[in-house]
Amino acid sequence: MQPTSHAFPANARIGLADETLQRALGLARTGFPLRRQQAIERLPEFEALREQGRTIKDHTLAHLDFYLELYENHAIAAGGKVHWARTAEEARAAVLEICRSVGAKTVTKGKSMVAEEIALNDHLEANGITPVETDLGEYIIQLRHEPPSHIIAPAIHLMKEQVADTFRTAHTHLDAHRVLDEPRTLCDEARTVLRPQFLAADVGITGANFLVAETGSSIIVTNEGNGDLTQTLPRVHIVVTSIEKVVPTLEDAATFLRLLARSATGQEFSSYTTVSTGPRRAGDLDGPEQYHVVLLDNGRITLLGGEFQDMLRCLRCAACLNHCPVYATVGGHAYGWVYPGPMGAVLTPALVGIGEAGHLPNASTFCGRCESVCPVKIPLPKMMRHWRERQFVERLAPPVFRSGLRLWAMLARRPAFYHAIVAIKARMLGWIGGRRGHFRTMPLASGWTRMRDMPAPEGRSFHSLWAERQRRATR
Amino acid sequence: MSSARDAILGGIRRALKRGPLSAETASALAERVAVHRRNLVPARAAALDHTGQVDLFVAMAEEVQTTVARVASDADVPGEVARYLAAENLPAELVMAPDPALAAIPWDSRPLLQIRRGRAGAGDAVSLAPCLAAIAETGTLMLVSGPGTPTTLNFLPDTEIIVVRAGQVVASYEDGWDVVRAVPEALPRTINFITGPSRTGDIEQRIQLGAHGPRRLHVVLIEESAENEKHAPPGS
Repeated sequence: MQPTSHAFPANARIGLADETLQRALGLARTGFPLRRQQAIERLPEFEALREQGRTIKDHTLAHLDFYLELYENHAIAAGGKVHWARTAEEARAAVLEICRSVGAKTVTKGKSMVAEEIALNDHLEANGITPVETDLGEYIIQLRHEPPSHIIAPAIHLMKEQVADTFRTAHTHLDAHRVLDEPRTLCDEARTVLRPQFLAADVGITGANFLVAETGSSIIVTNEGNGDLTQTLPRVHIVVTSIEKVVPTLEDAATFLRLLARSATGQEFSSYTTVSTGPRRAGDLDGPEQYHVVLLDNGRITLLGGEFQDMLRCLRCAACLNHCPVYATVGGHAYGWVYPGPMGAVLTPALVGIGEAGHLPNASTFCGRCESVCPVKIPLPKMMRHWRERQFVERLAPPVFRSGLRLWAMLARRPAFYHAIVAIKARMLGWIGGRRGHFRTMPLASGWTRMRDMPAPEGRSFHSLWAERQRRATR
Repeated sequence: MSSARDAILGGIRRALKRGPLSAETASALAERVAVHRRNLVPARAAALDHTGQVDLFVAMAEEVQTTVARVASDADVPGEVARYLAAENLPAELVMAPDPALAAIPWDSRPLLQIRRGRAGAGDAVSLAPCLAAIAETGTLMLVSGPGTPTTLNFLPDTEIIVVRAGQVVASYEDGWDVVRAVPEALPRTINFITGPSRTGDIEQRIQLGAHGPRRLHVVLIEESAENEKHAPPGS
């Protein structure tokens, strides 16, 4: 998908004005955080598990070459094929080649953010292969030709009325007057329409939540069962995933599984956690004859060993999206690429460039909720700050912004001068603000005052009040 | 694509500012993998005795809409299956895992129960399968693929019935890994952890059961094996 992250301010305004989106986001704002909170309150060890999760990921990243080679050896020993891909192009080519080698016409897909990242569906379609998304949310947005707006709930921006309209437009073989007014009937219709697709597909493509070095296995975590039908019924199973998903052992995977569902949906455990190792075995009555894994880098190694390495711990649980006031206000499409919210604000600039995605690390109030709910303690606000610094160094910010920052830096490095200026300013503003106690408009801050009043200072700066207080205390 | 492989592995080493790992470090890492050391395992199930774990398994499973029937012995299973199907208004017809683990159950005692043994097909409404272990911590069933236990049984039919022996109930996922590793052959193609029926919240976050997999999940728990068949997971 072509990024439109450079248009974040315009995209955000569209989101703010979209009433349906605002209603849908209202549901998400309360639902996910509440369920997560209830789930972690039931597990006293949750905080200790977060700490262990962070340690295991850091250990794995520090020895990523070792664990990837070990994973590959075991995957091959189990009869699987591993395809390394430096770029999205290489990954798409690998998938297409496998599909062509078995003469595939239709491909079913479980939800995969890496497949979104490499724009796999467009590539398959352009080459005469029909991809069918089978996760309910992904299916809905595929019919609408929209990108996902959330990494675990791709159609979270829609209400049931829009889903009903989408199904009426797409499922023309069904009675035009059927009643489609409840999620239950919509879900049943999708189930009925997709079942024959599962049975007919030549290839099934899934992502992976984890790869296990010890066994060469891939693990998917789902609720619908679509991922399992996708990978069990066709002759060929392709796992499209990325290099940072590897963990050393099944025991390590168990630790992350305890963190993942609780952080994502607030479930104790998702309905289906599936460990796959190679193709079907001699004597098995079902399962794929071929098992392929496409291992994508696509810029991830540029994060290793630097200030953004912590981002590679990400489990893609979406807790940071679910707790972000900015995401909850503008929705996922505003971010303009595959990964929205705080994790996207850090990851997208790394994968598509800070020139394209420079707005994203600035679209934050730095409230810190994302970091506080992250199951592997990624310091997201700190890394957004790193991107802002890099923007400044690379002269990517607008000139007014840059000169404003430079002026600020000049002041901030001269404390005496700073205190003097601030004292004068506070007194002046306090005097002008006067009786009313707030400003309705302010020069240079009209964007801020258009929506709210600016409180007027009471006449003295914090520094002078503090100094006085200290003097009194020592007396 | 070996050039991509070398480029990625080389790129990782460059980013980490080192060459290939020393033999010493590599063998320390191999050792870490080989010993299957457990990380923190929550006390919720691990701190209970086996009876407590069985009760916890049932409570956690019911919390996620799995229905559970506790029966005394193998002889009671066919009757419970027939009762359940009738209660759910389902035909007395099912596809069953052709697994030796189910052979001791006297299916002939219910001649009206039509049983086909094999993998599930598109037309099968009800399936029945054994599990390898049941995990008390979250009410999770652990099933593996094999000649006697095809994976399609777990996903194609609308209703799945799973037979659990009380002795198969363990505390944690880690105990489950130990049970899998104790099976002599290589790791099976598929290990399914199943926690309740299929569900989705993709439309307005309202949970619907039966998105693509089974709408109903029923556990028949056989109590009698609790003492004499309880296996001690290695290392416990």
